[in-house]
Amino acid sequence: MSLLDIRNLTVEFRTAQGPFRAVDGVDLVVDQGEILSIVGESGSGKSVAMLATMGLLPWTATVTADRMAFDGHDLLTMSRRERRRIVGRDMAMIFQEPMTSLNPCFTVGFQIKETLRYHLGLDRKAAHERAVELMRQVGIPEPERRLSAFPHQMSGGMSQRCMIAMALACKPKLLIADEPTTALDVTIQAQILDLLVGLQRDSGMGLVLITHDMGVVAETAERVVVQYAGQQVEQQDVKALFEDPHHPYTAALLAALPERATSKELPSIPGVVPGQGDRPTGCLFNPRCRFATDHCRKVVPPHASSEMGRALCHYPLRHGVPTGHPAHMEAAS
Amino acid sequence: MSEALIAEPKQAAGEVVLEARDLERHYEIGRSGLFAQAATVKALRGASFSLRAGETLAVVGESGCGKSTLARLVTMIEEPTAGSLKIDGIDVATATAAERRQLRRAVQIVFQDPYGSLNPRQKVGTMLEEPLKINTSDDAATRRRKAMEMLERVGLRREHYERYPHMFSGGQRQRIAIARALMLRPRILVLDEPVSALDVSIQAQVLNILAKLQEEFGLAYLFISHDLSVVKHVADQVMVMYLGRPVEEGPREEIFENPRHPYTRALLSATPVADPNRRRERIQLKGELPSPISPPSGCSFHPRCPLCFEPCPVDRPELLPHGRARVACHAVTD
Repeated sequence: MSLLDIRNLTVEFRTAQGPFRAVDGVDLVVDQGEILSIVGESGSGKSVAMLATMGLLPWTATVTADRMAFDGHDLLTMSRRERRRIVGRDMAMIFQEPMTSLNPCFTVGFQIKETLRYHLGLDRKAAHERAVELMRQVGIPEPERRLSAFPHQMSGGMSQRCMIAMALACKPKLLIADEPTTALDVTIQAQILDLLVGLQRDSGMGLVLITHDMGVVAETAERVVVQYAGQQVEQQDVKALFEDPHHPYTAALLAALPERATSKELPSIPGVVPGQGDRPTGCLFNPRCRFATDHCRKVVPPHASSEMGRALCHYPLRHGVPTGHPAHMEAAS
Repeated sequence: MSEALIAEPKQAAGEVVLEARDLERHYEIGRSGLFAQAATVKALRGASFSLRAGETLAVVGESGCGKSTLARLVTMIEEPTAGSLKIDGIDVATATAAERRQLRRAVQIVFQDPYGSLNPRQKVGTMLEEPLKINTSDDAATRRRKAMEMLERVGLRREHYERYPHMFSGGQRQRIAIARALMLRPRILVLDEPVSALDVSIQAQVLNILAKLQEEFGLAYLFISHDLSVVKHVADQVMVMYLGRPVEEGPREEIFENPRHPYTRALLSATPVADPNRRRERIQLKGELPSPISPPSGCSFHPRCPLCFEPCPVDRPELLPHGRARVACHAVTD
């Protein structure tokens, strides 16, 4: 049985301009001991999908899914009180901005121990000992002293280590890291990524890594989900994804990376991610896709087979060539 | 001297337009108590470089390395505490008021965050015309024509003239910021992390436009970035900084293919590469960046350096030529 099993997850926000679909039919399966990475640009719904899983969305959001199970619990029918017992204990999350996700009014030690007291019912002494152990585990020097520090007294890297310590406090089965290193310097980013992967390997927990950085994906993930405008456009193993992307969006995204460029002129993707008011008909990527046909502009594409990375495309790519595409059919025959 | 600065858009390539010698900038920061001594942060502690027309000099480093301070000095927002800065052969410190006005037009800046750097209550047209209004004697019709032309140059449309910034995406806003910076036809454009707030697909669009404009106007770019993959793509010269000092500088190929300073190497190995088959062993740097208020003695990098030996904590290494680059490290011998 999978640790996290989500089928057809849709999240809609009520806004003044009418409903906005931030996540649209996303399927996700995470197994124990696995690193899954969700990649996408801003507005692709990658964070919202995970916040929905954690139950952290505001009341304006409507979450629907065919199935949403975590470790044998059905998250859809569970009461808030029951869910509160799981969130933070078996399922924990790290956020992008370490400086703003810690409460500035309390010491770091208090915030770590709060989790331990609430979820595990540890007494003061046991909580203190565990907190010191956790701080040491995430590589914070002088943990005893650091426990009584306030968040503003620490650097970004240190704060993120504290966030990780807090998330790990109850030995979660699933850790969701939402852009954990985006706000950090490169050398600190390397330290934090190595720490996360190391901890994941030691504890055998599942790790969901949300990022927009293809470099981070390539270096840490095993399986990758690519999202675009709330939809899941492709799902593949990391090596296969970088070698042979099946969705034109993934292919274009990889080609636009400066480090993969072969000429001074970068192959950029024209246009921008569609917003609430300008969602196209048919395939959501069609206005920016170089293979788009009238068919793409009218008909919503199905998911391709799993050996084609479940690409959400009428003409999924094989080695850069769109299969079944009218223009390329003629060339082939 | 005066009009020549801006009249000709295309200028002779290779001519030195910016020359900095031992630039320093110190800040006094608030004392912690009534009788406490005010502390000094040496944000920039001696940077020397030159920039040629049509060339891109990339300044790379982590937070606190002084790259943004450098941008503030070059754009004359602040004055250097020590050292000299020559723009177009004129020393900024001794320039007359009229010369300084000219120099300010010759250097423009594009900031990192296109959401914060555009006034939400100004129309795009007003924003683009403002520098002309202040600095030139152009009439309204000329200003309008110039603004329209510039919009097209950066890949926007003429009808965008009447719109407000909130109607644009991040990439488009950054184009507006670039257009505004180019209105006075500067010779030097300081780009302070111009694409780090943008998504990959948009980043590529903006980088392409920057390359095109550099070609068209013969601009010199001072490109400040922490993203080495972007730097590798755009730079001609690279300067790596650590705690206010350049530790290595040289042509791009030399820095990326043959990095000599241990910090440059660590930085390169820490940058994630978008190729799952090349998961390399990283050079792990110990610890955090030290505070610029009390930088370590000798070589500032020594507490985190894997090659640290006897002279490092005592003696500050000078920037010396090694191959085609200049490196400040005791351990580098070739």
